[in-house]
Amino acid sequence: MARSFAHLSDEAIVALVARSDQSALAELYDRFGRVAYSVALRILRDEKLAEDAVQEGFLAAWRNADRFMPERAQASTWLLTLVHRRAVDLVRRENRRRAEALPEDTDYAASDSAEDDAWLRFERERVQAALSKLPDQQREALELAYYGGFTQSELAERLGQPVGTIKSRMFTGLARLRELLGEPGPGETAWKPTPFTT
Amino acid sequence: MEADTLHDLTAAYALDALDPEDAREYEVHLARCERCREDLAELSQAATALAYASEAPAPPPELRARILQEASRERANVVPLRPRWVRPVAAAAAVAAIVAIGLGLWAMSLSNRLDSRERALTAQERVTQILARPDSRKISFDRGTLIVSRSGDAALVLRNLERPKPGRTYEAWVAEPGSSPRPAGLFEGGDVVAVPLDQPVPDGALVLVTEEPDGGRQAPTSDPFLQVENASPS
Repeated sequence: MARSFAHLSDEAIVALVARSDQSALAELYDRFGRVAYSVALRILRDEKLAEDAVQEGFLAAWRNADRFMPERAQASTWLLTLVHRRAVDLVRRENRRRAEALPEDTDYAASDSAEDDAWLRFERERVQAALSKLPDQQREALELAYYGGFTQSELAERLGQPVGTIKSRMFTGLARLRELLGEPGPGETAWKPTPFTT
Repeated sequence: MEADTLHDLTAAYALDALDPEDAREYEVHLARCERCREDLAELSQAATALAYASEAPAPPPELRARILQEASRERANVVPLRPRWVRPVAAAAAVAAIVAIGLGLWAMSLSNRLDSRERALTAQERVTQILARPDSRKISFDRGTLIVSRSGDAALVLRNLERPKPGRTYEAWVAEPGSSPRPAGLFEGGDVVAVPLDQPVPDGALVLVTEEPDGGRQAPTSDPFLQVENASPS
C-alpha cells in the first residue's frame, strides 16, 4: 500500500514506527539512511561494516521507537545517535585502525533525488563551516571522538594530555559548535525583529 | 564520582566517547539529574550535526530491503502491542515538516498564507531548486542565508524568527540602487523559514524585510529589520 508520508514530521514518522508500521520504517530509512551510512562509513572505513552499523541502528529504532521522547530530542538526533553508537561499538570491537588521515572528498554517485542532494550539500557546508571556526584543538577532539571512535581516555593518551583537558576541549568545542550552528536550545527566546533606520 | 564530575562527562557521552564504566555511571546519574538531561539534549543535537559534515555516498540499495525484511521477521515474534502514545501532529507542525525531507535539522515553516499544501510544496520546491543549482551562491549573515542563482532567482533562509504580531506579516523586498523596493513575498516566523523571493535579485541589490499589516503592502511602511546585500563576488 503506497502512502504518502511527505507531510509528516520526522517525529510523527517515529510515532508510526512505534506502532510497528513498516512503511513508516521505510520512510525513516529514506530520510536518514544516506546520512547514517555516510557517517558509519567514515567511522568504519569498510562498506560491509558500515552497512551492519546502519542496519543495527535502524533495527534498534524499530524495537525502541516507543521509548523515543519527542519533547527530549529530535527524531534525527535520536536515530543518528543509535547508528553512531553501533558504528563506534563496531570500530572498537574490530580494533580497526582509526589513526589514518581522513580520505579526501570524493565525487560520490548522486542519489536518486537532486533535492536530497541539494539539502545534504547545503547542510554539509553549513556544518563544515561551523567546524572550521572552532579552535584546532577543540575540532581535533570532536573529530577524533565522533569519527574516530576514540574514548576520552584513549584520546588523552594519544594526544599526551590529561583526561581533564580532553574533557574540557570536547565540552567547549561541542557547546561552541552548537552556538555556531545557531540551533536555539529549549527555552531560548526567539529572534525578535528590531527595526533599524537605513 | 561526584555529581559535578559526572556533569562534566555530558559532552563525552554525547559523542559516545566515554569508556564503558564511565558511561554506565553517567547513565545512572542522568536518570536523576534534570540539568544533565537538558544539557545532553542540546549537546547531542550538536554532536549529531557532525554526521552531516561527511560527504555522503549512497548506501547500496539492498541495505534498505534487508533492514525492512529483518524488521518484518522480528515483528512476527512480537506480542501484540500495548497501547502506545500517539501524538497528534498539529497542522503547523505538519506544514513545517513538509520540508524536513531527509534532514531532521531542518524544520521549515512556510507562510500560513500558503493556504494549501500544494502551494506550500511549490514554495518548497522553488527554494530547493534554487539551492540545487550549481551556480547558486550563498551570502551568510547573522541570522540566516541569502541564496542567489546566477540568473538572479533567490531565496531567503532565516533561523529562529519570532512570529509576527497578530494582524501583521513579514514582507520581503528587493531594492536596486536608485529605485524603490519591490515587494518580493510574505512570510511568517518559525525555527527555519525559507522564502522563495518573487523578484530577481541582481548583483548589488538589497534584500530587505519589514513587518507589515496583514496582506502586505506595495511599498514598505516600516523600517527594515533585516537588510542583506547581494554583493558581487570579488
